[in-house]
Amino acid sequence: MTRQMTGAEMVVQAMQDQGVEHIFGYPGGAVLPIYDALFQQDKVKHVLVRHEQGAVHAAEGYARSSGKVGCVLVTSGPGATNAVTGLTDAMLDSIPLVCITGQVPTHLIGSDAFQECDTVGITRHCTKHNYLVRSIEDLPRILHEAFYVASNGRPGPVVIDIPKDVQFAKGSYARPMSNQHKTYRPQIKGDMGKIQAAVDLIASAKRPVFYTGGGVVNSGPEASALLRELVRLTGYPITSTLMGLGSYPASDSQWLGMLGMHGTYEANLAMHDCDVMICIGARFDDRITGRLDAFSPKSKKIHVDIDPSSINKNVRVDIGIVGDCGHVLEDMVRLWRAQAPQVDKAALGEWWKRIDGWRARNCLGYRNDSKVIKPQYAIQRLYELTKDRDVYVTTEVGQHQMWAAQYFKFEEPNRWMTSGGLGTMGYGLPAAVGTQMAHPGALVIDIAGEASILMNMQEMSTALQYRLPVKIFILNNEYMGMVRQWQELLHGGRYSESYSAALPDFVKLAEAYGGHGIRCSDPAELDHAILEMIDTPKPVIFDCIVAKEENCFPMIPSGKAHNEMILPDFEGKTGDIIDAKGRELV
Amino acid sequence: MNMPMKSHYSDAPKAQPQARHTLSVLVDNEPGVLARIAGLFSGRGYNIESLTVSETEHEKHVSRITIVTTGTGQVIDQIKAQLDRLVPVHRVVDLTIQGEAIERELALVKVVGTGESRVEAMRLAGAFGARTLDATLTSFVFEVTGTTDEIERFLRVMSVVGLVEVSRTGIAAMARGAEAL
Repeated sequence: MTRQMTGAEMVVQAMQDQGVEHIFGYPGGAVLPIYDALFQQDKVKHVLVRHEQGAVHAAEGYARSSGKVGCVLVTSGPGATNAVTGLTDAMLDSIPLVCITGQVPTHLIGSDAFQECDTVGITRHCTKHNYLVRSIEDLPRILHEAFYVASNGRPGPVVIDIPKDVQFAKGSYARPMSNQHKTYRPQIKGDMGKIQAAVDLIASAKRPVFYTGGGVVNSGPEASALLRELVRLTGYPITSTLMGLGSYPASDSQWLGMLGMHGTYEANLAMHDCDVMICIGARFDDRITGRLDAFSPKSKKIHVDIDPSSINKNVRVDIGIVGDCGHVLEDMVRLWRAQAPQVDKAALGEWWKRIDGWRARNCLGYRNDSKVIKPQYAIQRLYELTKDRDVYVTTEVGQHQMWAAQYFKFEEPNRWMTSGGLGTMGYGLPAAVGTQMAHPGALVIDIAGEASILMNMQEMSTALQYRLPVKIFILNNEYMGMVRQWQELLHGGRYSESYSAALPDFVKLAEAYGGHGIRCSDPAELDHAILEMIDTPKPVIFDCIVAKEENCFPMIPSGKAHNEMILPDFEGKTGDIIDAKGRELV
Repeated sequence: MNMPMKSHYSDAPKAQPQARHTLSVLVDNEPGVLARIAGLFSGRGYNIESLTVSETEHEKHVSRITIVTTGTGQVIDQIKAQLDRLVPVHRVVDLTIQGEAIERELALVKVVGTGESRVEAMRLAGAFGARTLDATLTSFVFEVTGTTDEIERFLRVMSVVGLVEVSRTGIAAMARGAEAL
């Protein structure tokens, strides 16, 4: 049914037609007509953030935890430029977003008008696709196409820049029968010949390992279920990237823990020594591979990815399968079940024996302390005290993020929201706001550092406004801990500008915002304090005072390969670990 | 401390043989599409040796972009994959791996001179099959079409007889045989 309406009304109508329930945004001159249209309906709920970067991260948390497309609405100029970090973050972590930006009226574009910037120019490289809407006739198609592009193929952020005169203009709107793009058709089904070859190679493996990533999470819960099925059918070990945590349950005996720079000893050595690597929805990022020339030198590699440009980009693989992880896994499981191949049980037994030897090294062990809270201990207790609840975890970026990935065990996908590719400090709190919006009854915890949290602290105000009882669990070591750790390892312990001086009193800060503040520095009181946090039905800032100079181990240092990790009880002088050349390229 | 370059980031790859490839890219003729493609090359550090863009199917708003680039085999594969994942890109075809393609470019060449050099310019232009588009008592503008090498040769000889200005189109390319893109 075609109806006459303004461009601004079309924006809201298209959102409704797409089933959008929440949109994160901040008003301004160039989007006032859209805010006016939002005001006159109640299907799409607007969440007013305190900074546009927060709006995008909130939409990311919302999208990542719910599997829906996250929506953002910001004004022209500074509204759009403030959103750029969030858009880039979503681009690198493949998060589906639709971000609507206001623009100055069409006739003023290019005149350096008030709050004008070249939004499509600025966001061209940090979005999957973007549009400048030049006429009202194009608007309905673009609005729906944007949702298709954001969520199909490798997901990503899409920007729609709408000049103010187009928002005011009247035109006819009809919900398109299909919102497909006219030509963009990502390949979903994998090539059956290659899938069969992959199954044969998997079946012939003597030292296999599954290496999975965020693509499995993006593919939906069915993909995780199929992954579990295939891994159990084969009996092979599995590891995952930071982005893929939760797609395979951490409590399972075949789970090796996270791999990569701060991954477990057993996961990294299994990657290094395997003969068949089955990479599903991961992209051989440099935090995973370490030194490329020493990366898993003896293995044949299978790579399943929906983005053809990811295959053979960093690492040459033997079988590259373009397709959606869920569809390819479904085919693999079906072939495996039908053919019931005989795996080499003796070789697998040997392999598992070696893995168990590496596990016995207990690489996540640490020396606990009765006087000072060790950050690892804090995460372990947080996990133990929340694991039976409906819990979602977001993080900021740094040591606390890695400790959270190492010590918090995830059993389900979509429970873990972190900035992986871009490494954006300040991600966690707004992402928690978005996550809580999608899951009102759940326990949402932002595991934070005292430095990161200050980057988007203002979103505490958003949490209060919408009664979102997010919990900010700060591992406060008074340092930008990861920076300090690298300075210790690489720069002779010269802690240049990494000390968090002049910190606010986080308890008072929580109270100033109208939330609840808790401080804990005694390991004996930690459990009690965490329970108090969980039981407080409003936003909480938990200032957990932890050991100041604890390093995050295990770690693959600069200049080393997977089998040259530093383990936690390393007692030598850490300043000698990395050579001069390695220092240049950290 | 004089260890070889080792780092958590991979070392720069050893120099590998580079090859020149001609790519035909069919795209939606929409605003910004050229910026997207040019930006992809600059953002990811790829070379563009020549770039030719024109709308080829007016009703369908389809443009054909011909890109000449150089790189290692892996880089060329990445360029094609990265181009192909741009939303407005329909198809990417590597004409170079399909056998020798037909490649032509056009140049306009202004030559100024009198006397013997003027006569010589006229004679050479005839030898290269160039057309004379404009002539005054002291100048010519020639149009010459050919492969890049042929144009280069023409420009080299013209530079001796008073070449003052050149305008070139970049390459238009097409695969041989009955098959269409």
